[in-house]
Amino acid sequence: MDGAEAVREFIEAASPEHPSLVDTDHVLERTFGVVNIPNVVWIDESGTIVRPAEPGWGGPQEYPEWLASIMEERSKQAEAEGKDPMAALRAGQDRDSYADAIRDWAANGADSRFAMSPHEVIAASQPRDGGQSEAAARFELGAHAWRAGDRDAAFAHWRETHRLDPGNWTYKRQAWSLVGNEAAGGGDFGRFMQFAGPDQDWPFDGDFNTDTGRVKPGEYYPKTLEV
Amino acid sequence: MLTDTLDIDAAAFQAGTGWEIKPEGACKGEVCVPLGGGDFDARVAAERLGMSVVSDGARGLHAIGPESLGGRALTTAEAPDVVLQDLDGKDVHLSQFRGEKVVLVAWAPY
Repeated sequence: MDGAEAVREFIEAASPEHPSLVDTDHVLERTFGVVNIPNVVWIDESGTIVRPAEPGWGGPQEYPEWLASIMEERSKQAEAEGKDPMAALRAGQDRDSYADAIRDWAANGADSRFAMSPHEVIAASQPRDGGQSEAAARFELGAHAWRAGDRDAAFAHWRETHRLDPGNWTYKRQAWSLVGNEAAGGGDFGRFMQFAGPDQDWPFDGDFNTDTGRVKPGEYYPKTLEV
Repeated sequence: MLTDTLDIDAAAFQAGTGWEIKPEGACKGEVCVPLGGGDFDARVAAERLGMSVVSDGARGLHAIGPESLGGRALTTAEAPDVVLQDLDGKDVHLSQFRGEKVVLVAWAPY
């Protein structure tokens, strides 16, 4: 499931006052350099970006019970193996205080210490070389093939996307989620099952557990500001 | 952007990539990249802008990747006028919010 139907229930339940838009074709990756979710971009009144795409949260996170128990289980298992993958994921941008930086900018505008100059914004935006441009092109071709029901073609393009741009988590998580969801039979759990289910033929070289297990502390959600 | 032919005009190139073709070259914000004159050719523009072009013969499709000028995702701090739809299928332009501060949050339910 992708497109508006993948998010409708969440948006309707939250019924926010701000607009909620559906980026079915992952336009934000190509135009703003979004590489993971959540990612936040600040744009001032004149339409100038004052902070490029970076990890950000609206406040302290609360997880639903079903997800908290999965995360706890995973931590215990990793600990028993002498690892601590959740620590690596939790390092980096501070989730609880990020919204205070936004509040500071809302109050102080260009005088906020968090507002960047155009030169700083460009320099702090995500790296992109020719290979990453190809990764983006192949992601689009893969998405087109997926919607046409040509799974093998989609997987072939997406494997190349992941190889060419291993630091782009959205391209990985989107692909893993679509396939993992099938194994789990859909639903909330399925969206998080970004790895092979029992007896499932997994078409990708990586999966969520394997790839996040390899990140160094702070790599997954890099710290880009200090409140 | 996806296209079934690379013989597209400047308007289609701009709609798909955000780069406007002017007499001085391909432009986005304050940045212009010379295209060497002559008729517009998407292949030349893509090459000058560091855009990878991938062709999928089986699907009869070409994908033009985003620019990689300067080695960064952004070549200008001017926000692109992205157009996305809301849940009702209504187009919303990012430029509609000029005059207000915008915090653009990308999220997904996974």
